[in-house]
This record gives sequence, C-alpha cells and structure tokens, in this order.
Amino acid sequence: MDGAAAELREAHRLAGHADRVWALAWNPAPGAGAGPVLASCAGDKTVRIWKRAPDGAWQCTDVLEDTHNRTVRSCAWSPDGKLLATASFDATTAVWEYNGGDFECVATLEGHENEVKSVSWSPSGSLLATCSRDKTAWIWELQPGNEYECVSVLQGHTQDVKMVQWHPRLDILVSVSYDNSIRVWADDGDDEWHCVQTLNEENNCGHSSTVWAVSFNQKGDRMVTCSDDRTLKIWDTSADLSQPKTGEGHESWRHLCTLTGYHDRTIFSAHWSSEDIIASGGGDDSICLFAEETSSMVEGSSYKLILKKEKAHDMDINCVQWCPQDPRLLASASDDGTVKFWELKGSVLD
Amino acid sequence: MVMGLINANPVIHEKKERYLKCSIGYLVVVLNVFLHHIRDIKDPEHPYSLEQLNVVTEDSVELNDESNHVRFLMKLTLEDSHMVCTRVTFTPTVEHCSMATVIGLCIRVKLIRSLPPRYKVDIRVAPGSHSTEAAVNKQLNDKERVAAALENPNLLDMVEECLSPTFD
Repeated sequence: MDGAAAELREAHRLAGHADRVWALAWNPAPGAGAGPVLASCAGDKTVRIWKRAPDGAWQCTDVLEDTHNRTVRSCAWSPDGKLLATASFDATTAVWEYNGGDFECVATLEGHENEVKSVSWSPSGSLLATCSRDKTAWIWELQPGNEYECVSVLQGHTQDVKMVQWHPRLDILVSVSYDNSIRVWADDGDDEWHCVQTLNEENNCGHSSTVWAVSFNQKGDRMVTCSDDRTLKIWDTSADLSQPKTGEGHESWRHLCTLTGYHDRTIFSAHWSSEDIIASGGGDDSICLFAEETSSMVEGSSYKLILKKEKAHDMDINCVQWCPQDPRLLASASDDGTVKFWELKGSVLD
Repeated sequence: MVMGLINANPVIHEKKERYLKCSIGYLVVVLNVFLHHIRDIKDPEHPYSLEQLNVVTEDSVELNDESNHVRFLMKLTLEDSHMVCTRVTFTPTVEHCSMATVIGLCIRVKLIRSLPPRYKVDIRVAPGSHSTEAAVNKQLNDKERVAAALENPNLLDMVEECLSPTFD
C-alpha cells in the first residue's frame, strides 16, 4: 500500500432504473470463476441484476418485473447465492431462484399488514426475516418444496420497523425502527423468539430519532447503526445473547462510540467491510468512510473519519454496500436513479 | 349553499391571511416550508423565480355543502428565505390521515414537482398550531413514509385533486 492519502474514485455509473434506487445486495457466492454480481431494487417496482462483461463494463443482465406491484424496497441473497429475496411496499416478499441463467419467482411470502421494508437471510440460510410498517418483524423458515412457514411474529417495536439484519454467525436478529430503538431477538431453544435486549436513548445512549440501518462487522462482535439524528453509533456486540443466562448479571450489548457531525442530513445506510472500514451514505448526498483509531492508548474504542466524498450523487444516497469479493469496491444507490461503483485507493492507515 | 371563488386573480402583495367561514365550520392550518440552499435562489447564476418555477398558483377554494368536500389550492410565496403557505381551510376525505399530514403531503408533492431535484425540503407544522406537532413533522419528513403514502391510490387522487389548477 502506498503512502498516498485515501481516496474514493468513481469507477462506474449504472443507469437503467426509472425511479429512485432504494437498496443493493452483492451476491455472496456468485459461483466459481464468476465475477461479482449485484442486485438493485427501486421505486420502479423492479429488481435489476448487474454483472461485469468481459470488456470490464457493467451491464444489466436481468430485470425482475411483473411480480411486485409497488416499490421494491429491499433485496437480499441467500448465503449460498442461489436465492434472492425481494421485499416490497405491496406487503409481500418474493423469493427468486437463480439457476445460472434465469430468475424464477418460486415463492411469495404474505402476512404483513402493509409495506415490507427489509429482508435478511440467517447465516445458515434456513431462516428469513422481514419487517414492516405494521411494527413487526417476521421470521420465516424454509420448508421442503419452496414453502416458507412463518415461525414467529416479533412484536415490541411501537412504530414502523425499518430494517432487519441477522448476526453473521449466530441466530440472533437485530431490528431498527422509526420508534428510535434497536431491538435484539433470539430464540430460547424451543423456537420461541423473544426480545433479549432493547437499545434506546434512555438506557444505552441510543439514537434520538428514526434508526434506518444496521450492519455487523465480519466477526459479529461489533455493529454500526445510523439514524435520522445524523449520527452513527458503534456497539460492542460480543456478548452471546442467544445463550440463556442463569444467575446474576448477564452481559449485554453496549454502546461504544457515537460519530457526530459528519453528515448534515439523515444517514440512510451504513455498511461494515471485511477490512473493517465503515461506509455511510445519506440525505446530504455524501459518502463517509470510518475506521477504528488503532493508535489510541486510551481504553475504549474510537473511530475516525478516513474521508468524506461530497456530492457523490446528485440526490440522497439510500444504500451503500461493500463488495464481498473485493473489499475496496463500494456500491452506492441514490434517489437520482443510479448506482455508482467506487474504488477505495491509497492508504487508510495512519 | 356554494360559495364562489375567492379572488380568482390574487395580487401577491395582498395580506396573506385568509380565513374561510361557512356552514361547515372552519379549521386553519399554517405550515412553514424551509428551503435549504436558499442562497441558490439568490444566486444570479440561478435566477429561478417562483413564477418560472410555477410554484405560485392562483388560489381558490370551492365549497360544496352537499358533498361535504372542500377543494383548495395553495399559494406559496417566498418571504425572507422562507416559503410560506397561506392559510387555507381543509376537510380531509381520506380516513386515518390527519389534515396537517395531508396538507403537508400536498406541499411536498408540489415542491418536488416545481423545484430542481437538488433542493432539500423540510416541512414543519408551525409551532403551537397542532397538538401532535412532533409526530406530524416526523411523518412529513420521513421520505420512505411519504413515498409509500403516495403509492396509495386514494391518497394520491386526493393530492392530485388538491393541486389541480382547474375549477368550474
């Protein structure tokens, strides 16, 4: 790595969606020899699949349409890369099977009372979580024959649930909400799911407005959340909340650090890369990158800004996602209808 | 009883406060819309005037006792860096949606359609004018909630009707 200062260089701009792009998902396992594959979903009710052509240019290879009849808000690939779940304002979640050539809708999950905002696959691939403006999160289990059965309806949030995300290693689910709180859910071993912790303003230095997104680091001992309160918060999530505790004083997840003053409007998305760089994007049209301050002699963690890319898009940035196959490649999605790819160049270390 | 048009060709300098009183009763909501990047409006390189942007419209209200329905048009003027909505009366025709929320939605749609995309708009109910002010403001400024609301055909129809410039 050279000593040049860190820089985010625009590498590609993908146009094609006819409305704001809400979310992105990189395929975690695109197949041996295959390059990275990205799914994007938008207000135009479609999902687009993007791949790199032999000449290096990116193209849209598939458009998944005629299934959702309202905005597609979120999409997520299963851990084996063979299924894509899409969540829509039409209150349904569709599951698409990707068999190397075509996408086929193999299941439609119904049950939420109104808009589904987010979908996430558990690390094993056997559970799917969704959440909605109906204030609940649902956990679905894949049965034989492409059937999905709802195994639990998680109630507790008092408002719209914006995003759900599974812990990368454990069957622990995190949900974030318009009610300003973060809730952690685990099962008691008997398929009964409970809220095992709530992180909010009163108890834990939580957010003071809508929490829009959550992302874990690769190990799962840290997570970042971002909010309409214009801050990012880093949490120590090393306590294994999936294990029932006996006796006194069980450990919980705790607040580590709050990053304030870097975005001057709502922060809609944050994503933690496998190289431990946090990317954030928001209503100020900017992307920020953060990393842990390793030179700190003081106990406790602190994070510093590596760079801020202003005017990364012409309008709000709704989603940022690092590419799993290339941890220096960042994708961003915007209200301007485009997806951009960025290459992180230079040294990010002190 | 049907009331006639109130001032089909308003002069901008007229006093802004207009109340309507009729047999249905009246309710007044005042909203202030704050435009960010206000310096762009005063920037000589970007000489957008409200007339060019079509934001200033004629304002007119029609009341119909039988259908218990009120249509209104909003007039927005720029004053001291704030875009001000003149007081209007309104009776909502969509359930589960407060009047302030519906009016706020109409304003947001009008501005989205009138202003260049780079403008960021925050909408707030005037302080003290609404009992659940914080809740209304939060909803009006959550763009995901606004987007989903505008995909509701009933709500969208009402917004379109409220913003339409035609009247018979």
